[in-house]
Amino acid sequence: MSFIRRLAGNAPPRILWSLGVLLALLLLAPALLGKYWLSVLILILYFAYVGQAWNVLMGFAGQLSLGHALYAGLGGYIAAGLYFHYGIGPWAGLFAAVAVAGMAGAIVGYLGFRFSLAGVYFALLTIAFAEFTRVAFDHWEWAGGSGGLFLKVEHATDIVNLRGGPVLFYYSILALAAGAFILCRALLQSRLGQYWLAIREDAEAAQAVGVPVLRCKMIAIVISAALTALAGVWNAFYYNNLFPETAFAMGRSIEITLAPIIGGLGTLFGPIVGAVVLTGLGEAFTDLGDVLRIPGTKQIFYGLALLVIVVYRPAGVWPWLADKLGLKERRP
Amino acid sequence: MSGARLDLEGVTKHFRGLRAVHEVSFTVPAGAIHALIGPNGAGKTTIFNMIAGVYAPNGGVVRLDGKAISGLRPDLICDAGVGRTFQLVKPFKGLSVLENVTVGALHRKPRVAEAQESANAILSRLGLYDRRHQLAESLTLPDRKRLEVARALATEPKLLLLDEVMAGLRPTEVDVMVGFLRELNQRTGLTILLIEHVMRAVMALAAEVVVVSYGEKIAEGTPQEISRHQAVLDVYLGEQEEL
Repeated sequence: MSFIRRLAGNAPPRILWSLGVLLALLLLAPALLGKYWLSVLILILYFAYVGQAWNVLMGFAGQLSLGHALYAGLGGYIAAGLYFHYGIGPWAGLFAAVAVAGMAGAIVGYLGFRFSLAGVYFALLTIAFAEFTRVAFDHWEWAGGSGGLFLKVEHATDIVNLRGGPVLFYYSILALAAGAFILCRALLQSRLGQYWLAIREDAEAAQAVGVPVLRCKMIAIVISAALTALAGVWNAFYYNNLFPETAFAMGRSIEITLAPIIGGLGTLFGPIVGAVVLTGLGEAFTDLGDVLRIPGTKQIFYGLALLVIVVYRPAGVWPWLADKLGLKERRP
Repeated sequence: MSGARLDLEGVTKHFRGLRAVHEVSFTVPAGAIHALIGPNGAGKTTIFNMIAGVYAPNGGVVRLDGKAISGLRPDLICDAGVGRTFQLVKPFKGLSVLENVTVGALHRKPRVAEAQESANAILSRLGLYDRRHQLAESLTLPDRKRLEVARALATEPKLLLLDEVMAGLRPTEVDVMVGFLRELNQRTGLTILLIEHVMRAVMALAAEVVVVSYGEKIAEGTPQEISRHQAVLDVYLGEQEEL
């Protein structure tokens, strides 16, 4: 109880009530929504979750990663590979997935942070790691090589092996998204979270007041990578297939960054709001494309919409929305 | 809080061919206020950066209460008891005034609530309490300078390094800052070393002054002795109109 009270902290009762109602609706959603809307909601929750994970490194600690597909891909491949080859279910496999992705994060982080690669140079390093991992997986027989790794599609619900229909995947991604939200709030309120924000604002000044900068950045990238790996595990079992060309793709990495950027970097609600906006726009423009029957309609309108949002709401949609709602969650 | 003694013993720093600081030695006894003055480019900030751990000296050693600290990382030197401000202020711009100081306080008080409490106490002593919820980037320059001092003090240092905290302040504001520092020093015994061009503040605060020029110490003494020292008048004070 005291943990819950501490977590709620100084949040206004209005927000807590709204969040409670939202959670109740989300829990009831599978009973209320049809198949299509449930799949849209699953997409939203996936991007909210993985955005939250990326936001720990970029929004909190201020380190730009454009290679987060590395951690999602590793996580997915390891859990799927263990299941495919040895029948080890994802609940056990995810520990291996998290460990390997966390290790990969530690290696990328150490190379980048120890040698003070900042900004775009660090981003280039993250891209390079994702790229050569992609090439390595193209040639790794165990992981199916460039031909891909396929899990057998099963409709009977089997929670132990995370096999089943959309409802199972809906609740599992909802749990992940809610868990990540709570974890991130707790982190932000901790000493470590305050240190991250200080590093993001000015690493030299932070170090001068005693912040162990390298250690804090390392913790940020390992947590971020580990959370992202869980998204990869979930993703692999949801879609039942993995290809190096997509799992480690640059586009996959960019996709991960969009929700927090559009929603509001460094905010807790930013990744969630961003995921709603982006997925909503994506679905709407897909429909528009179907109506117009002009190829590329979705991509053009989607790109334009992102452009408009970034130009008019450079701090993201959530800070503006919070202000409109009288909630004032400014960038912490 | 109490003060620590600072010793520099033949401290040297070269940047490639440039001799920024050459064999500088001086001592600041525990609880004293000393000033470091000299023309621009004399190496004052480089000396601060070696004390604070931004650079490791190429030669010589820096001691705090007799223990060598030179070459340690800045966060470990903060741990040892050195607080510093930056000449070009470095507030955490996107954070509130309170959060800025809380980050400093977290160093000794790992619990956020306690750190906030002590940050609030420091802010009220420096007259920033009313602005504690403002973003640091919205502060005026004099307030940013005070925020630098507040954040450094929050780490509970035994030695405070102040790099031109008076620059850009109006004379009345200088007097307020001087009063605050003197009171702080008398109440807590905190050792203070300040780099300062505002001679009004140096004269009012410093028991002793070290003068550097072209990376070398050229004089050391009380403010009165220094203001009559021929070499100092030649290289530095001669330019100063207010004397």
